[in-house]
Amino acid sequence: MYRYDEFDARFVAERTEQFRFQVQRRLNGELTEDQFKPLRLMNGLYLQLHAYMLRIAVPYGTLSARQLRKLAEIARKYDKGYGHFTTRQNMQFNWPKLKDVPDILAELATVEMHCIQTSGNCIRNVTADHFAGAAADEIEDPRPVAELIRQWSSLHPEFSFLPRKFKIAVIAAPHDRAALRYHDAAVEIVKNDEGRTGYRVWVGGGMGRTPYLAYVVGDFVEKPDLLGFLEAIMRVYNENGRRDNIFKARIKILAHSIGEDEMRERVLREFQEIKTSGYLQVPDEERARIAAYFAPPDFERLTDEALPTDGDLGRWIVNNVTPHKQPGYAVATISLKPIGGVPGDISADQLDAVAQLMDDFGLTEIRASHEQNLVLPHVRQKDLPAVFARLQVLGLATPNAGLITDIICCPGLDYCDLANARSIPVAQEIAKRFADLDRQEDIGELKIKMSGCINACGHHHAGHIGILGVDKKGVEYYQLLLGGSAAEDASIGEIMGPGFGEHEIADAVERVVDVYLKLRRPGERFLDTYRRLGMEPFKNVAYGEQLHAAH
Amino acid sequence: MLIKNNLPAEDTYVTVADDAPLPDGAVVVSLKRFRAERSDLLARNQKLGIVLDSDQSPEALGSDLDRLSLVVLEFPKFRDGRPFSWARILRTRLKFTGEIRARGDFLYDQIAFLKRVGVDAFELPPSITPELFARALTEMTNVYQPSADGRTTIVAMR
Repeated sequence: MYRYDEFDARFVAERTEQFRFQVQRRLNGELTEDQFKPLRLMNGLYLQLHAYMLRIAVPYGTLSARQLRKLAEIARKYDKGYGHFTTRQNMQFNWPKLKDVPDILAELATVEMHCIQTSGNCIRNVTADHFAGAAADEIEDPRPVAELIRQWSSLHPEFSFLPRKFKIAVIAAPHDRAALRYHDAAVEIVKNDEGRTGYRVWVGGGMGRTPYLAYVVGDFVEKPDLLGFLEAIMRVYNENGRRDNIFKARIKILAHSIGEDEMRERVLREFQEIKTSGYLQVPDEERARIAAYFAPPDFERLTDEALPTDGDLGRWIVNNVTPHKQPGYAVATISLKPIGGVPGDISADQLDAVAQLMDDFGLTEIRASHEQNLVLPHVRQKDLPAVFARLQVLGLATPNAGLITDIICCPGLDYCDLANARSIPVAQEIAKRFADLDRQEDIGELKIKMSGCINACGHHHAGHIGILGVDKKGVEYYQLLLGGSAAEDASIGEIMGPGFGEHEIADAVERVVDVYLKLRRPGERFLDTYRRLGMEPFKNVAYGEQLHAAH
Repeated sequence: MLIKNNLPAEDTYVTVADDAPLPDGAVVVSLKRFRAERSDLLARNQKLGIVLDSDQSPEALGSDLDRLSLVVLEFPKFRDGRPFSWARILRTRLKFTGEIRARGDFLYDQIAFLKRVGVDAFELPPSITPELFARALTEMTNVYQPSADGRTTIVAMR
């Protein structure tokens, strides 16, 4: 994985001191909360319902065992003994004290971590395919590109006070595991007709109050030109993005109001000028230097094994293990969705134990996925039984990756200042309802995504079944959306109708799933059946006997 | 207080309201007034500056930019980041070599960014002393991305 050189290390150390000075001025009263807010947000510090929340950057989701141990230490020392993985591959701590934050940052810096741009109206910490470097279908590892973008966007002098936040994702495979089309901008590594590798660049996706899918603005951007092309997009956005209404300030609104042709023209005009001046070309040597850090580990020469498919181990392998590009290796997902647990949460003890597991099995890195799970990208197939046994002891062996109980869920009203409704208890109730593994496997791939407010941190628009918590006169209601997808077949879910009460939503989900089981054709996922039949058959049953559906 | 090229400096310009008579000497006027009285203002043969509001791109100035010695970028509120792009465009695209001055609601924490995109003069609020101003420029030693200041980037130093 990437290792800081002296420049990166100094940059993060100085950034920490810069933030320490900002905190000091806030505590002294030299900065008002209004002035401090964008500064602290640019360093991942939110003010939540009960306390500050600190969001730690995990660039493109990659972590080492050493970094996991540091996160565990911070969880114990400065928080309540656990942390939370987010839908942007980052980690959040919910209870730090403002005065401690500079010290936490200094501790993070010792393991090459930071909180730079995990929030605020700037270019956010970049995300990537969590199977990068391991997936059989990828053209190349997308993380060197993500790292290049991370560096270019760090304290960018021109684009740190944008109209609104700006999220970038990078993938390199036809199967999209990073929700590409829901990003403000996205880079897809592709090969052109001549077999040359370059970038397809997307712009204008987003969730929130007004969901949009991104469209292509650059069909084939040559490798040295990528940062110049992204800078062109950023300048068009910084100049033209709306600043009069926070709900219309994302680039998706600009992109879809001026349309594809106009956006292309503006971006290309900027890009041509940047390219002509030549100042943002990335030399081959620099790309090679970064790529070298992401060279695959020294794989042993192994052959594929016949993996068990029955018993507890078999189930875990069938559901949580994915083929690797290297014979004899596998990609293993560690589900952070135990039935009845909080999606994405992990305790300090579990963090330490996973680090130990990595050391014991020679695993140098682990990934956080946007689906709020962990991924061991390079496990020897012959080690799978022992890895599974260890995870079982740790309570981390839930065999539900990609199944109905593998729910994406925002923190909701239990933590978040913006939320209208609780989301964690609802996710827990649904997971318990479908806890039976035979039933889950029968249902197959079904992605439930749940947000406690329209900001859509829980990606409800992109759920095969999406759930949105709303507040009606002080009472929590839950809207159901069907047919969303964040994969390569991206689509925006459709709202079914009036919301359901707190104690009705799990019943409604169950009825919808039962209709699917009744109507599906062989091989159809829930999403396929929905796309074939539309909303009607699901809506007809979802409300059941409830006649009060007037919300 | 005015800081120019990193040092306290005397402000030799007078900013004149749209309806006020022009005093002798260097003046700064709004873009609106400049457009209305363009030929008279240029005919004075005195130093001339204009103020750009945050929603006014310097590209609207066209070739008149050559006749200006100062562009003031107004920050209506510090969160409005458009002046950063205006400064960058003035320096990099339009090759403006005159003074670019930040005015209005900007923060200590934005000074280094402003400097990087090409701002070389700052109308400091009382809360930012010249000492603090100097400190702002020392917080981050190196930079990752090229900008209008021409600084050597980390990539180039590697």
